[in-house]
Amino acid sequence: MTGLALTAVAAPARRREKRPGHGWLLLPPVLVLLGFFGYPLVLVVLQSLESKTGEFGLSVWLDVLGSAEFRDAAWKTVALALGATAGCVVLGTFLALVIAFVPFPGARTLSRLVDTVLAFPSFLIALAFTFIYGSAGILGAGGFLYSPFGILLAEITFYTPFVMRPALAAFGQVSSAQMEVAASLGAKPGRVLRQVILPEALPSLASGACLTMLLAMNEFGIVLFLGAKDVTTLPMLVYGKGIVTFDFPQACVIAVVNVVFSLALYGTYRRLTKGGQRAAVDQA
Amino acid sequence: MTPAVEFRGVSVRFGRTTALSPLDLTVARGETLAMLGPSGSGKSTALKALAGFVVPSTGRVLLDGEDVTALPPHRRGLGVVVQSYALFPHMRVEANVAFGLKARKTPRAETARRVAEALELVGMGEYARRYPRELSGGQQQRVALARALAIRPRVLLLDEPLSALDAALREDMVAELLRLRAELPDTTLIYVTHDQGEALALADRIAVMRDSKLVELGPSRELYQRPSTEFTASFLGASNLIPVEVIQPDGTRVRLGDRELAADPSGTFRVGRPVALGVRPHRVGITAADAPGALPAVLRGVQWRGTGFRLDLDLDGNEIRAEVPDVEGLPSVGERVGVSIPDGCPLVGIG
Repeated sequence: MTGLALTAVAAPARRREKRPGHGWLLLPPVLVLLGFFGYPLVLVVLQSLESKTGEFGLSVWLDVLGSAEFRDAAWKTVALALGATAGCVVLGTFLALVIAFVPFPGARTLSRLVDTVLAFPSFLIALAFTFIYGSAGILGAGGFLYSPFGILLAEITFYTPFVMRPALAAFGQVSSAQMEVAASLGAKPGRVLRQVILPEALPSLASGACLTMLLAMNEFGIVLFLGAKDVTTLPMLVYGKGIVTFDFPQACVIAVVNVVFSLALYGTYRRLTKGGQRAAVDQA
Repeated sequence: MTPAVEFRGVSVRFGRTTALSPLDLTVARGETLAMLGPSGSGKSTALKALAGFVVPSTGRVLLDGEDVTALPPHRRGLGVVVQSYALFPHMRVEANVAFGLKARKTPRAETARRVAEALELVGMGEYARRYPRELSGGQQQRVALARALAIRPRVLLLDEPLSALDAALREDMVAELLRLRAELPDTTLIYVTHDQGEALALADRIAVMRDSKLVELGPSRELYQRPSTEFTASFLGASNLIPVEVIQPDGTRVRLGDRELAADPSGTFRVGRPVALGVRPHRVGITAADAPGALPAVLRGVQWRGTGFRLDLDLDGNEIRAEVPDVEGLPSVGERVGVSIPDGCPLVGIG
């Protein structure tokens, strides 16, 4: 996942030349992809279309989509992901602005630190939160951590760097000459920020937000680790159905829904990063 | 009259590096001053201190007699054009030009009128709806000019505005700037460049800078014809500096080899210190090696420059350059030729 974030930021527009006559080279990777990724996915979809009595049809789908449990989880997943994304964008943009434009000693170290956080597994944040805010933690704050807000806070903490990284890269591209000229034209710092810096960084911010949304929607470690009682997200529900109650068809339905959500978001993300690259190229 | 711009002992230091040594300079209203020097000479730093982009370590900056040293850039009201154009890539040309007017809360109708006027002034009226990326370098620089002019600044600062353009376009733009110059007689222009041709074409006065210091300041023609320092002579006129011996203590007569020449002692020099004649390449005469009064030299190289030839010569151990219209009757490279130096060349102290 970290890899995703980084390519989004730095990937130069690669042009692949078509070399005729080497198509067979594609065969091994395609076979591997089909075997290890495509086939299971097909199985999941097929499984979701098979009812308990072995009939083939949409009955399980109707059951699941009609259930309050599913709708509640879907709504919670989307709400949490949206909330986490909003939080990350606000916090990430602010922090990136400070690091990029307010000269202070250690700014570079801090931005390196941000990169390091990208490499951490998400449950580490949940674990750390338990030590700090948990019922037996340092602050002894108790209950709040196990509410949706605890999860939101943990996700914002963990995913903010995913917005900061592209934001920092985008802010770095706004030339000091542009800001100086804007100021000389009579724009106060606030106007320079609103009309010059943020619009130029917008594609990068949007792609960062999209990535965060994608990852937050599929977040499992944090939700599981904090074990919030009334917070069941789609990935949690898949886990519950599949591993705990062995209701495989239902788990598959939910998994397919989750995959569709993710693909839609990923598509948006790709489009936005492409736009971001175009903007970056124009700049140069 | 109060000068439009005044530097009073302005210096800029970054840590231990001195970017600008204390500078005293005044520019009159409506005057065009070129700050000329190689890179690292402090000329851009001086401009940045004037615009408020860097804070001077010492000294005061005055605009129309008012101390603006402590004012942020957005309250100085200067027009700034930079080498990289620095257009806002996400805004159309018209929005770029309107930026300063909007920042000043100019009424909408007035803004539209002045945007059109500024674009018309630089001949970019038809491109208002384009994005900067859809324009060529020269067009982008015109837009940058229009954007700076739209706020009707009393002082326009141009920082190497033509350096990113190719040679032919640069000459067109110099002509364009001269035309603008004539249309805006009250606007003070400060033009930073490393190109002596641009400086001579545009400026009333030239401030020659080197190693973060002001070397010499004076009317363009005077600096060109009677440079008083070695650096100005070589940088502004690409002059050959030929060491000579002073015969008359006032420097009006000098000896070069076995020849006596009349000289114009424009710079300060002290008796006993080495001096040199500043001789422009086109004033070096080439004659037959045995011609009467010719100084013996060796031809080292010939370059055809289209309009003429550039000759590299060795004159008694000094490398000098000459420009001649043709090489008819010239000996081949490596052979001896005669060189004649005219009377009246400027004499400057060296070393």
